Amino acid sequence: MIGLHQYLYLSAILFFIGAFGVLFRRNLLVILMSIELMLNAVNLSFIAFSRYGTGTMDGHVAAFFVMALAAAEAGIGLAILVMLFRNRTTVQADDLTLMRD
Amino acid sequence: MHAVLFYILATLAVVGGLLMVSLKNPLSGAFALILSLCSLAALFAMLHAEFLFILQILVYAGAIMVLIIFTIMLLNLKKEELQEAPVGWIRLLLTATLCAVGAFGAIQVFGDVVPANVEMTTDFGNIESVGRVMLSDFVYPFEVISLILLVAVVGVVLLAKRII
Amino acid sequence: MPTRTHGRRNVPNWLDFVIIGGKAVFIWGFALTLLPVLIWFERKGSAFIQDRAGPNRAAILGIRLAGFIHNIADVVKLLMKEMMIPPHVNRAYFMIAPVLGFTFILSAFAVIPWADTLRVAGRDITMQVADLNAGILFILAITSLNVYGIVLAGWSSNNKFALMGGLRSTAQMISYEIPLGLALVGIFMVYGSAQLNEIVRGQGELLFGFLPKWGLFVQPLGAILFIVAAFAETNRNPFDLPEGESEIVAGYHVEYSGMRFALFYMGEYVAIVLSSAMITTLFFGGWQVPYFPTERIVATADTWLKVMLSVGGVGALAFAALMLFWAKRMKDGGGFGDLRDKEGIILGVAHIAIGGAMLFFLWKTLSMGPMPEWGARTVAAVAQITSFALKTIFWCWVFIWVRWSLPRFRYDQLMRLGWKKMIPLSFVNIFLTGLVILWMGR
Repeated sequence: MIGLHQYLYLSAILFFIGAFGVLFRRNLLVILMSIELMLNAVNLSFIAFSRYGTGTMDGHVAAFFVMALAAAEAGIGLAILVMLFRNRTTVQADDLTLMRD
Repeated sequence: MHAVLFYILATLAVVGGLLMVSLKNPLSGAFALILSLCSLAALFAMLHAEFLFILQILVYAGAIMVLIIFTIMLLNLKKEELQEAPVGWIRLLLTATLCAVGAFGAIQVFGDVVPANVEMTTDFGNIESVGRVMLSDFVYPFEVISLILLVAVVGVVLLAKRII
Repeated sequence: MPTRTHGRRNVPNWLDFVIIGGKAVFIWGFALTLLPVLIWFERKGSAFIQDRAGPNRAAILGIRLAGFIHNIADVVKLLMKEMMIPPHVNRAYFMIAPVLGFTFILSAFAVIPWADTLRVAGRDITMQVADLNAGILFILAITSLNVYGIVLAGWSSNNKFALMGGLRSTAQMISYEIPLGLALVGIFMVYGSAQLNEIVRGQGELLFGFLPKWGLFVQPLGAILFIVAAFAETNRNPFDLPEGESEIVAGYHVEYSGMRFALFYMGEYVAIVLSSAMITTLFFGGWQVPYFPTERIVATADTWLKVMLSVGGVGALAFAALMLFWAKRMKDGGGFGDLRDKEGIILGVAHIAIGGAMLFFLWKTLSMGPMPEWGARTVAAVAQITSFALKTIFWCWVFIWVRWSLPRFRYDQLMRLGWKKMIPLSFVNIFLTGLVILWMGR
């Protein structure tokens, strides 16, 4: 029987996979995509709560806003990445050590 | 039947996520992420969220991922540039255990406070219902989001120019 | 106003699955049967426009069928050609790209309605595979997914021209998705729903007393924007720079051969059928027969059946007479000595049989009693399916007509048109529609 818990476990698993991607991968593109995965996991959680918890559409509206923000953030993140690549020809986070002493 | 479908889609989503964070080539990772996003969209449809199911495919799989794939193709990284330092396994396992304990504990505590089944009418997850709530209770965030998107568009165009 | 009832969702049983399967088979059959017809239209139609004869050589034992046999020749050629995979490509993406391009487009037919809801045996069967609440947005989502087939094909071919063609085509498709979606906002405002069936039902009323309330008449600017954007979405002339043969060596499908190329080719024609179906559904009344809403057809179903049978019978007999006349002229001219002489006779006799059967049924209905309810509704459904099919085929012909009449856009002209001219125009359209709706007090 599929209830709220199954969806929440799935959302947690996806969120942590995304978090691992951000923490343990060095390629900036993979980091950006992992952030998108985390946002999606949160969307799933919102919609599951809207279905099984309250019967209102608040979860759906919140998920809608998260999607719009994710689009804006992905756009700007990629623009910054392209600029970075133009200046340093690398997308590895390890090579960006200018501010390290 | 509901359960079988849920487990198949959940497995697809998790496998897509795992492939994305483990494959070295970011293009293959992007396609794994698209698989994951589409199975999430199907899960939204199973949760009777019809409008958000279509929006997920339209916005995420259809626009954001196209943007990411375009950028990956634009950068055109060779195989040598994709090498990364290997991850320490102990660090990975420790973090995984900690996260699992924390997440499942949180779900047990907070997942019990909600009431049981909600009645599913035919206008749950409708485009009209979502629109009604968004433009009455959430009209202020709605306007702010449109402003944010405008700023994002202007910012991206400015950032990506070669000569300002 | 939307007429959806607010009630509990019911659990589907096996009969529902069978019905949905049948509907899927029907609409896919319609789309895929139109494919050879469209290829024939393209060849013979372009020949007609360019004042030449067109293909008339492929023959089965001498029968030419005015160039229709060429489709079979094409299929055989594409099946038999070597499906070569060049050594420098990325194999996985190369092999999956045509599949993606074809599958997504075919699945978009799930939300196209082809007749009004049939009420038989106590069930309401919607004549749509999936009556989604946000039906139009589903088509927009599939259009967004179409981009992947092209970008994968261009990238994996590892070839400068393919990559350039693929990226240009992708940029064009995503640029024109915006006016496509914005032109639909006016339709949402006027008909009050995003469900395709509701929009088509709303087009059955009369505007100012004599015009049917078609999308074309209530949203003229929106219709023009949508039609132009649909041309750009299907990569069709005048927007086919990414795949023009003289410009970029066939662009993103230059490395494909055999059945893989056939999948791209078929995908393009299925996209034409989908776009035509969308244009007729949104702007030309869809399955509505003009001036005859469903209830009126059901009330006068007797007359409709007699009229349809008589028109069909007389038409078939006239065509048969034409065929026999042509056969006689060929015989008088000396004949060719093979089965071509008999072609006219065979077709003529077949059509005499069809016409005779229709007139026989007509004679029998004259002596029958009043029609049962399900019979009347079936007649209405047949009339509406015919209306939808005729309108879609007309728009497919317009697609082909435009291809052979207009020159191609250059890439920067194309982008300028999409971003600087069509998007502001679609905003103006939304604004004007809102003003008119407020003014009319609806």
